[in-house]
Amino acid sequence: MDKLNLGGKLFDSRFIMGSGKFDPELISACIDEAKTQIITLAIRRVNQDQNASITKFIPKNITLLPNTSGARDANEALRIARLGKELGCGDMIKIEVIRDSKFLLPDNYETLKAIELLASNGFIPLAYMMPDLVVARDMVNAGAAAIMPLAAPIGSNKGLSNKDMIQILIDEIELPIIVDAGIGRPSQACEAMEMGCAAVMANTAIATAGDIRVMARAFGKAVEAGRDAYLAKLGRVQNKASASSPLTGFLGQ
Amino acid sequence: MKFIQKTDPMEYLEGQEQINSDIMQRVLEAANSVEFDKFNATDVEHALSKDNLNLNDLQALLSPVAANYLEEMVAKAKATKERYFGKNIYLFTPQYIANHCDNNCVYCGFNVNNDIKRAQLDEDDIIKELKNIAKTGLKEILILTGESQTKTPLSYIAKACKLAKRYFDIVGVEIYPLNSDEYAILHASGVDFVTVFQETYNPIKYGKIHLGGNKRVFPYRFNAQERALMGGMRGVAFGALLGIDDWRCDAMCTALHASLIQAKYPHAEISISVPRLRPIINNNRINPRDVTECALLQVIAAYRLFLPYANITLSSRESEYFRDNVIALGVTKVSAGVSVGIGEHGGKDDENKGDGQFEISDSRDVEQMKNAIKNAGLTPVMSDYIYTGVAK
Repeated sequence: MDKLNLGGKLFDSRFIMGSGKFDPELISACIDEAKTQIITLAIRRVNQDQNASITKFIPKNITLLPNTSGARDANEALRIARLGKELGCGDMIKIEVIRDSKFLLPDNYETLKAIELLASNGFIPLAYMMPDLVVARDMVNAGAAAIMPLAAPIGSNKGLSNKDMIQILIDEIELPIIVDAGIGRPSQACEAMEMGCAAVMANTAIATAGDIRVMARAFGKAVEAGRDAYLAKLGRVQNKASASSPLTGFLGQ
Repeated sequence: MKFIQKTDPMEYLEGQEQINSDIMQRVLEAANSVEFDKFNATDVEHALSKDNLNLNDLQALLSPVAANYLEEMVAKAKATKERYFGKNIYLFTPQYIANHCDNNCVYCGFNVNNDIKRAQLDEDDIIKELKNIAKTGLKEILILTGESQTKTPLSYIAKACKLAKRYFDIVGVEIYPLNSDEYAILHASGVDFVTVFQETYNPIKYGKIHLGGNKRVFPYRFNAQERALMGGMRGVAFGALLGIDDWRCDAMCTALHASLIQAKYPHAEISISVPRLRPIINNNRINPRDVTECALLQVIAAYRLFLPYANITLSSRESEYFRDNVIALGVTKVSAGVSVGIGEHGGKDDENKGDGQFEISDSRDVEQMKNAIKNAGLTPVMSDYIYTGVAK
């Protein structure tokens, strides 16, 4: 069976839901309609009283993928990861290190340091990063369990702006490549999966849709369709016509 | 005897740190050159068509002609807010711990010449208030004082902040401007966010209404946010007191100031408040004049479109009706359970120890605000923040 292997855990769904645009309806729609099995979670959103915690709205059978959102350097990421572990979030953690409050772009340099630091402290780090092959290789060597490039700035819904760079990561990195931000349409999620991404993460595209439930369903189907297309192997692309009934078919041996 | 101490508002006083920054100059140059009447419908439509707005676009959205596009501005502001913040609305409350003030600002209830009941909470009072506020479920608190370095010195404020950090995830301050090393002391006391309102960005008007005290020094106040960031703070908040001077120009300067700080300190979390003048004790004539609710909404939408990632705070200065309608349209943070008097959170048996700075308009408690947020189809959030410093 075709399963997503993330940090040693297997999943049927390759659609990962972000919870930054926190809304109970959004979470239930993605679980019910898109069949999401993984929801990312900022540890800073867990650290609240029981009634307000986001975890209250996420069923127990859903895997929480905590992240270090709010960290500005490797040490802060470690501090947040440790806090998450104390809160019961486990060892697997998505590293988000951001020092740019305007575009919220990940800082690859600090992220690499954080991967190294967290891996050496027993965590299983997943790297949210700007798509850069050289840094991605270093992250793999530092102990990353997955590479999570952004397709476009978070919340932008602009789609696969970094398509070529993501394709290079898919072709060169053996770890799962998970597109992590910027996907705005189901067709873009489908395209990312056709390219060979292991999974797609989205949040804003669904949260800001006119009908959250229908859009969640559309994303779930798009991710499945893209994965099927990737596994089926896409036909070649040519610049000239190629008739399905060749003109030279009459020629004998 | 009336306290008047007129000095040049552009001259620093002894002990006030001067930093290497050209941001004030750039903001004042923009203020001097802007002509809001020159903008036409095409300018506004062009600004509304863009994702990344420049200064010219901001000015167009604050111009008189943009009022004709308020519906479109607000629709885009709402969508932009949802893209960056989802349906989240953050809640906080201010805690006034003192109302002593050394300044003579003509529009302010705390001004040194105004005959109000003065008070300052001691440690027990502060703890009592903090506990009562924490019981409401709030996780963010903004510690405020009047601006008196003598009555409420840094050590007193730092102590209050350390106490606040015991009960709250997020501690901010709205106090008199400090030097960067003093902000570092507050940061080490658990504070990560600093709010300083410039009141007006018109230096001439500023000098006319700030008659005495340290607050009279325009550039020292202007550079407070930058010094706060130099002192290690995570975020800074800006605000012009709309109604003091030309609201279009003050709003433009506020947004430009914030964006230049953002560009220079990319990690900084930026927040903007949109206060309008409110009546004060002994002076009910103070009002926001031409800053109508339409104008205020235009400002909020322009801020949101120019600084899509910034927090925008709407205070309880505004009416319940206005706040209920605007929380879905671009703002990200509202106050709840607000008491601007000194000691008013102490419990129903406590008497008000000191008078407030101004009259609030929306006195709903935290539960009522949470319900209002839910009724607007939004999600009340108490905190999504982890303090990574160490409160000493």
